[in-house]
Amino acid sequence: MDRYPFDNYWAHLGVFLVIVLAFVVVGVMMYIWVERRAFGVFQLRMGPNRAGFWGILQSVCDAIKVLLKEDVVPFAADKWVHMVAPVIGFLPVLLIFAVVPFHYGHGFLPDLNVGILYVVAVSSLGVIGVFMAGWSSNNKYSLLGGMRVVAAMVSYEIPLVLSIIGVVLVSQSLSMNAIVTAGPIPFFLLMPLGFLIFLCSAMAEINRGPFDMLEADSEIVAGFHVEYSGIKFAMFFLAEYGHALAMSAIAATLFFKGWEGPGGEYIGVLWFLIKMVFVFLLMIWLRVAFPRLRIDQLMAFAWKFLFPLAIANLIVIAAEVVGFDGDIPWWMMWVNWVFAGAAILIGSRAYHLGGGRVEVQA
Amino acid sequence: MKFKPEHYGLGLLKGLKVTLRHTLRHRITTQYPEQKLNVSRRFRGYELVWDKDRCTGCATCAKSCLQGNIEIVTAGRQEDGRYLVEKFELDTGRCIFCGLCVESCPYDALFFSMEYELSTYRRGELVRSKEQLERTADKRISGYFRPEMEALLPKQTLMLDKAGQHTEDLWD
Amino acid sequence: MEVRTEPFVLNMGPQHPSTHGVFRMRVLLDGEVVLDVEPRIGYLHRGIEKLAETRTYTQFIPLTDRLSYLSSMMNNHAYVLAVEKLCGIVVPERGEYMRVIIDELMRISNHLAAIGFFLNDLGASVFTPMLYMYREREKLLDLFEMVCGQRLTYNYMRIGGLSHDFPPEFLPAVKQFVDEMPHYMAEYEDLLKENEILLARAKGVGCVSKELAINASLSGPVLRSTGMEWDLRKKDPYSVYERFEFDIPVGEQGDNYDRYRVRIGEMWQSMRIIRQAIEQMPTTGPMNAEVPHLLRPPKGEAYGRIESSQGELGFYIVSDNSIAPYRLHIRPPTLINLTALRDMVIGWKVADIIATFGSIDVCLGEIDR
Repeated sequence: MDRYPFDNYWAHLGVFLVIVLAFVVVGVMMYIWVERRAFGVFQLRMGPNRAGFWGILQSVCDAIKVLLKEDVVPFAADKWVHMVAPVIGFLPVLLIFAVVPFHYGHGFLPDLNVGILYVVAVSSLGVIGVFMAGWSSNNKYSLLGGMRVVAAMVSYEIPLVLSIIGVVLVSQSLSMNAIVTAGPIPFFLLMPLGFLIFLCSAMAEINRGPFDMLEADSEIVAGFHVEYSGIKFAMFFLAEYGHALAMSAIAATLFFKGWEGPGGEYIGVLWFLIKMVFVFLLMIWLRVAFPRLRIDQLMAFAWKFLFPLAIANLIVIAAEVVGFDGDIPWWMMWVNWVFAGAAILIGSRAYHLGGGRVEVQA
Repeated sequence: MKFKPEHYGLGLLKGLKVTLRHTLRHRITTQYPEQKLNVSRRFRGYELVWDKDRCTGCATCAKSCLQGNIEIVTAGRQEDGRYLVEKFELDTGRCIFCGLCVESCPYDALFFSMEYELSTYRRGELVRSKEQLERTADKRISGYFRPEMEALLPKQTLMLDKAGQHTEDLWD
Repeated sequence: MEVRTEPFVLNMGPQHPSTHGVFRMRVLLDGEVVLDVEPRIGYLHRGIEKLAETRTYTQFIPLTDRLSYLSSMMNNHAYVLAVEKLCGIVVPERGEYMRVIIDELMRISNHLAAIGFFLNDLGASVFTPMLYMYREREKLLDLFEMVCGQRLTYNYMRIGGLSHDFPPEFLPAVKQFVDEMPHYMAEYEDLLKENEILLARAKGVGCVSKELAINASLSGPVLRSTGMEWDLRKKDPYSVYERFEFDIPVGEQGDNYDRYRVRIGEMWQSMRIIRQAIEQMPTTGPMNAEVPHLLRPPKGEAYGRIESSQGELGFYIVSDNSIAPYRLHIRPPTLINLTALRDMVIGWKVADIIATFGSIDVCLGEIDR
């Protein structure tokens, strides 16, 4: 295929931007609808079912409502930072979707040979946006939220990257497409511990599920986006769910073999979407069942539990790669499962979610 | 060293199992306004029903109301000893629906209605006048403190009977 | 180089998703660590005690509903008990058994709501445990609607008995509820009892020592979670409670987890009491005592107290032989339990304030009256 269809770089850029934006916005709307209906299924009730058939248009109606709201900026807020923060929060989502391989051979962009490194680098940009929002609102609640964000997101980067390195070692390439086509079986079977660590870290990165202390509705009343309304709030909302969508896409690519499946060359997109939906149903399930962790327990979980496990996982995977000279046979997965179980048991025995009380002079 | 399951992550798995089991159950939502539940036979609706023929104008109901929501103005005695009631107004905006008026009427002339869909657009319309409160044949009357009315009403739908059984889905 | 820090004041204001009602707290924070908590109440004050001086004794019963509105009929019961003590009225046996059944059903309903909201505050986001408990609570609310026509403010008890008799389908429905409930309680245990996240958030957090609890006159599940076996139904029995066999669940440390376990234990014991009451209840006989329409109690004072689901709820009535009380004072259990919040929460983090506050199970109607 040509380097630039239409033979023009700017036309290609324009078309590409529109497609990615449309995909992300529609994808987020679908994700919100799936999430609300899924919560209804878990809680013995209907989700939204009045707007459109089965409530599909509910997200559209919500989007229209939010866009029509008044844009309120606090009097003493830092105006430029307040305005720019949602943009910076939303940008990484679009950038991640550029390299995710939807179809046989390429994604929106041709196959980037440092795909996964690019993804990791870009997804860390979101922290800045959130922290800017927390600071500029001139509100103690959002400042608390912002502080928690910086601490938590930075600490969860490390187990995330370590679990990704495990995948990269086995597939011996940083390019996303090569990861999909490498190896005989999907990596979530071959390295279950890596998958679990990736899932937990990804959920913490996107402030979701049992790790959503950063925007805890019951304590700090929506955290860093408490002073946002109107389209800026819509952008934060889009950013949060878009990031969740992006992380499920990455997980589907890395651990579930992306677009591969029977008939993969022709209907690769369909398989990819099915796997992505499966991963985010998993995330929804985890969110429904559990209360949230406190902030110091969140940090302890990252540093005292996930980090040692990720290092152990990395060492074992590296040993296997070296031992089998790059080609790990599929039956090693039993060994890996046993190792994962043992590691979790030992790790949880050694780690106590304890205490937290600080002595205070009255 | 005793094996405590909660130290090893198994408690979390049990929680996941319980939530997963709930997905296989029928939903217990009632799709209002297409499906409505039968309310209790002693339901305290949002209006009173006043029986003009039994009322003697003694104003016991007005005296027993703890907020003074009922306003009665009478004008002279009639032949059978009853007072002529000129004005019988109930302020449903202030009423707390405690039922002390219905309970205290010595002539069983006051009833609760079974209606609960009585919203208005203006607060002034919530003050119900004599004509609006009169008992007519089409008004559904509740059996609160009136056992003869209670016997005429259908049975209440209980959640006890509903949960765990088949309910109507959206496409029915 | 030393990093300079400064404590700041955070106002968890009257509008907050997790203060159960309009409740304001001024919290002095050092980063995330709580240094001081100062509750500010009064946003729901309606002057109920003053209103009592201009209402007759029967007219005041609907106002008592609005105190602790999650367990309204217990408030009715406490008030009516005080008035009966003042006048020397004896309620017939059938009426007492009916009152006990209703009280225990209200206790179950209140604890379901309390545990549900506690878990909501802990962040079981999108309210999953709360909705599961509300499903059971819906069944109970339907039963209450069957008896007296309303679901939240019942106005059911009267001086000398109750207002309505049970309809014939009520007791079989209660029996069906009590038979089905253990299955759902087992589900709650599975979902929550060994959940590591709940244990991490609630075990050891917000402790109250037994000495502090006794000195601060705490009562109810908060007191029992410290290990003190004090239940008015056993220590100072009112109504027909001495005829039933039940245990008093106690905790060990007085932390949030113990309060949660005490409430679950109390629900089991309530079901036991209801089963015994249904068996022992006389099927015939008068329900109400003979009470004049307009009650004029003799001059004097009385204090009637019951073990409500939040603690010891007491009504102190002074009468001067007129149709309205001269002075009426309510002892709210939650306000007195709230005075221990500061000691429970100092040294913990912001998230623990909300969790501890939720585990005390306040109801603003009672605090502010």
